[in-house]
Amino acid sequence: MAADLHWPKMKEGRAWLSLLVTPLQWLVDIPTRVADGVSDVVVDRASLLRENEALKSEALVLERKVQQMAALTAENIRLRELLAAGDRLDPETRLVELIGVNPDPFQHEVILNQGSEDHVFDGQPVLDAGGVMGQVVSLAHYTSRVMLITDARSAIPVEVNRNGFRSVALGKGVMDELELEHVPDTVDIRAGDLLVTSGLGGRFPRGYPVGRVHEVIRDPGRPFTLVKAVPTARLDRSRHLLLVEYRSSADVEAVDD
Amino acid sequence: MTEPQGGGFIIFATFLVGLVLSQMPLPDMLAWARPEWVVLILIYWVMALPHRVGLGSAFLLGVLLDVVRGSVLGLSALSLTVIAFFVVILYKRLRMFPLWQQSLMVLVLVGINQLLFHWMQSITGTTGDSLLFLLPSLVSALVWPWLYLLLRAVRHTFYLQ
Repeated sequence: MAADLHWPKMKEGRAWLSLLVTPLQWLVDIPTRVADGVSDVVVDRASLLRENEALKSEALVLERKVQQMAALTAENIRLRELLAAGDRLDPETRLVELIGVNPDPFQHEVILNQGSEDHVFDGQPVLDAGGVMGQVVSLAHYTSRVMLITDARSAIPVEVNRNGFRSVALGKGVMDELELEHVPDTVDIRAGDLLVTSGLGGRFPRGYPVGRVHEVIRDPGRPFTLVKAVPTARLDRSRHLLLVEYRSSADVEAVDD
Repeated sequence: MTEPQGGGFIIFATFLVGLVLSQMPLPDMLAWARPEWVVLILIYWVMALPHRVGLGSAFLLGVLLDVVRGSVLGLSALSLTVIAFFVVILYKRLRMFPLWQQSLMVLVLVGINQLLFHWMQSITGTTGDSLLFLLPSLVSALVWPWLYLLLRAVRHTFYLQ
């Protein structure tokens, strides 16, 4: 146990051991996969048509947003050039699939179907359609484990989208709850504010939605305001996730050394 | 008593089934009430065949369970070894007990396993603030009689000694 905690070489050993149990994890995933397949096959025509309709209208809305996006991006780049600021990268993403969930209710972890053989790396950010899901914490050859942002060990640097106030969102070990720590009483933050990643700490790229503030408790008896937020990602429902090819400069240096 | 013979594969297969069951996704309501399949199967085999399944197999099984669970290597290994040790001491009495009394012992053993596992886990950093982690011991005790009969049927079918 001590070796596993304190000796980095053990990660490799663990990866090899994980290779042994990878088939088990695939096996566990089969029933869900079959159920998915069956429900894909026996879905009725009416609901398919409805879904198609809904997706079309959604696509329309998104396309409209994208039209503005192009203009805004161009404008943003021009402004940044004026300011001589560095480019904001738009990191590449790739689609991965979830093949398992950690059964321990204290740990919010999911298992992905790609590992170090597919060039997943430690600390890689994971997103879903709604926002940030978490980061890769351990690697095997063909699978990897992702710690969700609601795990009790997780902390993610965020800022309030409305006014740029920075803080750190901690997981509480409870699905659908994040907490901001050490928020002074005088800060302008209210329910409904969107929290986005601030890019500080270098682990997560900047500007992805993390959560929405749903409760601000200003208790005169406490030194700080208690801010609770709900993650925007669908942590317990998404099956298809996005891995972001984003390496912070600190990580790159560490690799080069 | 005949020499230990064959069937190691069958025992291993039951452990594999246990490992798979311990990873099966459950609905949120039941997430806390998952029976500790691996511990139950281990208790059965140590009780039935103490000369074949003992502390060593318990340790190896624990390492596998750790890898599957993603916990720190050695946590489950230690707690499973402790459980196997208790059963090795108690197996003669356990065999004499009626099923419901065995279930009570299983309740205690799985409870010890859960306590050990979660204490050590909180030492290594993962904390939880609820006592619900003891619930699996109750569920395991309820599952025990059926699992016992099933595994005994397996043992008799394959003449495992």
